[in-house]
Amino acid sequence: MSTDRTLLDPWRPSESAWTEEMVASVHANRMTGAVLAQPSDGADGSRADGLQADGPHAGGLYADGPHAGDLHPNGPHAPMPAAAAVDGVVPPVRTIVLDRQPVPVAPPHEREAIRSIAGTGLERLRLEDVSIYYGAKRAVNSVSLSIHQGEVLALIGPSGCGKTSLLRTLNRLTELTPSAARSGQVLLDGQDVHALQDTTLRSRVAMVFQQPNPFPMSIFDNVAFALREQSRKRPRRRELEPLVIEALSRAGLYEEVREDLDRPALRLSGGQQQRLCIARAIAMRPEVLLMDEPCSALDPISTSVIEDLIHELRRDLAVVIVTHNLAQAQRVADKVAFMYLGDLVEYGTASQVFEQPRAERTRDYVRGAFG
Amino acid sequence: MSTLAPILPTEHAAAPPRPTRGRGSSMRSWRLFDQIVYIAAWAAGLGLCLVTGAIVVYMGVRGLQYLRPELLVTRPQVSSSQAGSGGFLDPLIGTAVLTAIGLALALPLGVCSAAWIVEYGRPAWLGRLVESSIEIVAGTPDIVIAIFGLTIFELGIFGPLSSTSDSGVVTGSSFITAGATMSLIALPPLYTATRDGLQAVPAHMREAAFALGKTRIATIRRVLLPSVRSNIATGATLGISRIVGDTAIVILVLAETTRNEPAGSIPLLGFLRGTGSSLTSYVYDNSPAGEGDAPQKAYAAAFVLLLFILLLNAAVGRISRAQARSSGFDLQKL
Repeated sequence: MSTDRTLLDPWRPSESAWTEEMVASVHANRMTGAVLAQPSDGADGSRADGLQADGPHAGGLYADGPHAGDLHPNGPHAPMPAAAAVDGVVPPVRTIVLDRQPVPVAPPHEREAIRSIAGTGLERLRLEDVSIYYGAKRAVNSVSLSIHQGEVLALIGPSGCGKTSLLRTLNRLTELTPSAARSGQVLLDGQDVHALQDTTLRSRVAMVFQQPNPFPMSIFDNVAFALREQSRKRPRRRELEPLVIEALSRAGLYEEVREDLDRPALRLSGGQQQRLCIARAIAMRPEVLLMDEPCSALDPISTSVIEDLIHELRRDLAVVIVTHNLAQAQRVADKVAFMYLGDLVEYGTASQVFEQPRAERTRDYVRGAFG
Repeated sequence: MSTLAPILPTEHAAAPPRPTRGRGSSMRSWRLFDQIVYIAAWAAGLGLCLVTGAIVVYMGVRGLQYLRPELLVTRPQVSSSQAGSGGFLDPLIGTAVLTAIGLALALPLGVCSAAWIVEYGRPAWLGRLVESSIEIVAGTPDIVIAIFGLTIFELGIFGPLSSTSDSGVVTGSSFITAGATMSLIALPPLYTATRDGLQAVPAHMREAAFALGKTRIATIRRVLLPSVRSNIATGATLGISRIVGDTAIVILVLAETTRNEPAGSIPLLGFLRGTGSSLTSYVYDNSPAGEGDAPQKAYAAAFVLLLFILLLNAAVGRISRAQARSSGFDLQKL
């Protein structure tokens, strides 16, 4: 394993080649592996993951500069080595490489090409003129939005602007606050959410909170709790085990905890606990996943792992994420809604809102003038 | 660019420095009042340890002096001499039965009312009423509760719970009635401990369960109550201690007969409907103030009582620590 620091310096791309030793060291250090299998060099010396081994831009992420339509090697549509392909029934197992270098993300106009498939999915949730009141105070003023499967909607805005209230209204968690009232309609697949039972609604619209909050049970029981009927202990472990393993795999946690699923969930680290909460939420196969600042309590490595997870999950779900972190919104979002003091100021695609915002307030916020 | 830290593999990290502490403040620099209070706090703590130690050591010495193993297994007999008056097996059984009945009634009642008050608590006037009622019961002297119990259970409707004399008067004294009265004694500590434990569970734990589409009942049963198991255990220990140490109810409602006298011939039911005594009433009877005036037996029985309480505390403490360790849940750390 090379100990020369310059080889590991990401700010010198010409020297930060992914050499064989580095790949081997990652191999040795990581928990499991399916993505970075034995790097097999192609006949022309091209690497399995698309990086160049030598040449003027050796190791740089984009040989000869980025091109429109280039797929980011670490993005969700990157070609995966054959070793990672598994049978179609179980979704591909995700690898968490904990000590990999942070990889700069492609700039927004690059991602437009990658994300052009977004926004054409099924409409899952529609908000029509939703206003939320806490007593006499109006927290959200007449918001109309549409949330589609296959895309990530980021709600951005300064603190106290109604983003979390809006999110919690989508699965009627605001009803836990006695003074909360709502006007307007929220439609889930065309049905008014008020007409549904709240327990049914919440199993179709799942939520992940800012603070990782696994229950004081084992890892298995945490995920199984979501799958079991209300308070029954049945179905038994045998029947639930494949479902639990699938949920943990989709959340990228299974490989790390497979030795002992009966370990107490509270012994996991913060990032692992948050992934367990995500596994628990997606175990019920919801249609929409709501995330309330899921990475704000986590370190950068866990944050990037969860952002990769969001990229993958949006294929099957509609994801709505509230975030304070504008950079995270830029990395993750397909559509962005900017809220300020309860009003929906701007709503559009990520590249449009961040690069050519229509409203001046959005422009000021995105540039950091306030917030 | 050179100021940016290169990413090092973890084996190259330097060993962390040893923890050191800087210079603290010496007591001489404090105000006089602070110095006095500091010394008084230490003295109070040490004094408390001394007093407790004195009780345990004195009772231990006396008890071991007089406790013989056959006392634990021999039934008491009415006799004019010490040698023939037997041991205290019946009172021992009586204590155990009273504790079991009292706890069996108080545990579901206390836990459910605590769960109700924390999770529901509506309408507000009913919640306040429940809280005040528990506080009143907690503050009532046990002799008052004993008289109340006796009066209630002497009503004709409760005839089957105790024995009825030939002239049709319900005695109202039996293990069942005494156990039911004892449950009133054990209820407030259980309720308070469970309520405090439930209030300490953070709100995001409940929200996480609701967000998964669980009803409130399912959340209480599967998430909240398991997380307050150690609080329930503490409350139960306090309740058991109060039951075991109670004398007034035993004297009034259990009729304090020397031996356990079953009423009727059905094996278990007759025993429960019959009268008996407990270790506390046995100690009273054999002490110089009571009828027996056999202080050696009184010390022996008192020592057994104390030992039981100490063992109970140790066992419950061990169980709740083991449960906290296995679930990884430590409310203090949240």
